[in-house]
Amino acid sequence: MNTAIDIFTVVAICAGAAFFMAGSVGLLRFPDSLTRLHALTKADNLGLGLIVLGLLPQADSLLGGLKLVAVWLLVQLASATVAQLIAQALRHRGRGT
Amino acid sequence: MSVIQALDISLAVLVLAVAIWTIVSRDAFAAVVGYVAYGLLVSLVWVRLFAVDVALTEAAIGSGVTGVLLISAAVRLRGTEAAVAAEWPGAGSRVLAAALCMVVTAALAAVVLTMPDPGATLAPEAARHLAETELGNPVTAVLMAFRALDTLLEKVVLFLAVIGVWSLAADGNWGGIAGPRRATNRQGALAFLAQLLPPVGIVVAIHIVWIGANEPGGAFQGGAILAAMWMIVIMARLAEAPAIGERRLRLALVAGPAVFLAVGLMGFAVANAFLAYPAGLAKPLIVFVEVFMTLSIAVSLPMLVLGPPDRPSS
Amino acid sequence: MTEFLLGAAGFVLLTVAIGLIRVLGGPGNVDRTMAVQLLGTGGIAALLLVAAATGVRGAEDVALGLALLAAFASVAFVNSAAPEDDREAGRANE
Repeated sequence: MNTAIDIFTVVAICAGAAFFMAGSVGLLRFPDSLTRLHALTKADNLGLGLIVLGLLPQADSLLGGLKLVAVWLLVQLASATVAQLIAQALRHRGRGT
Repeated sequence: MSVIQALDISLAVLVLAVAIWTIVSRDAFAAVVGYVAYGLLVSLVWVRLFAVDVALTEAAIGSGVTGVLLISAAVRLRGTEAAVAAEWPGAGSRVLAAALCMVVTAALAAVVLTMPDPGATLAPEAARHLAETELGNPVTAVLMAFRALDTLLEKVVLFLAVIGVWSLAADGNWGGIAGPRRATNRQGALAFLAQLLPPVGIVVAIHIVWIGANEPGGAFQGGAILAAMWMIVIMARLAEAPAIGERRLRLALVAGPAVFLAVGLMGFAVANAFLAYPAGLAKPLIVFVEVFMTLSIAVSLPMLVLGPPDRPSS
Repeated sequence: MTEFLLGAAGFVLLTVAIGLIRVLGGPGNVDRTMAVQLLGTGGIAALLLVAAATGVRGAEDVALGLALLAAFASVAFVNSAAPEDDREAGRANE
């Protein structure tokens, strides 16, 4: 049973790390700011989400697990808002104001 | 080399790289972004050094209040930046600056390299007397009991800083309001964030102040998070900052230092020394003082970020 | 397991940090803001991984604090980048 849980953790964390790498590569390689923003939000959502999912079975208490989920939800909220704000700022500038 | 050593070394290299980049950068905004990133990395370093209290402070202050303060400052200075960048010091002053920097670096290196090993420490002493404070967190014990005078003076300094900022106000604005005006139209992503985040933030802040007695946490960290929550409400224009002449604001600013001082003076009567706590009552008194300190910190920090009042109160 | 978690933490941190150092030089302030946002999330991920591996007490609270304040630098940037009347006009249009 423990081995199965550990394999789950390893797979989820590897997938999360891959999203972080994709986010960084996207930030460096994508041609304009809006597409770079798209790459960034994927890392925020899925990268951290998968890592939290992988760490959940390793949490030593219920409170520890709840804190992990809370961290993920808060980052979701922050990242969604920031994506909106940055896109708005970009659109504003695009209009030539 | 084990994995953890590799992690620590790469973390150290990263911190140095971002620090050097921040210093070298000629663009103020880029340097501020570098500095915010630096603060985040440093809080990871503190966790690796098992100094979680410090990591929590760095996280709460660095990504909240100082980040906002420095970014606003960088944006405000943008107009003058071109003129500053165009000025290039002459060869003489550059050589002098380089020589001074090298002397300071050499002096610091000499001090670090000649430190006794193991260094002088009072840690075992503090750990031995931890039980007398009834606290579980040695950092809180040092801050609130063994070195309580330092902490009291720190809070007074914070209060003096607020007075210093306010004293920059123009005569007509004295007693007025600082920061952005309240918007009539409450829409958009920022208003949504500013309505959703503060309730969560207040719970986290109370949690961090409360567990500070036994685990990493405490008044400053919790107060800094509360301050950040207030800042976001003001930045989203959901509410205006209070006028600096308002009595409630001023009471909140002095509550922390005043209660701490009163408890300290009470020590003369009940425990024969300034800032001494009577046996058996140490922990409740410390928590009592911390609650008021949290309030004062949560109110002082946004006042520092917002700056002097720029319009009279209506 | 410990070694794996630490390795993953190092990997995540290095990828986002290399992205940051590369983007700090430009092209624009928006990209710098995005890079520091990504470093924030990556830093939180690395912190959670290190906390799970080394069992430092209270590290989740540091992550919680960082997550609460994750949006602050970007909000301050967007807020101060747009002049006041401009924002009001933009709102009225929507």
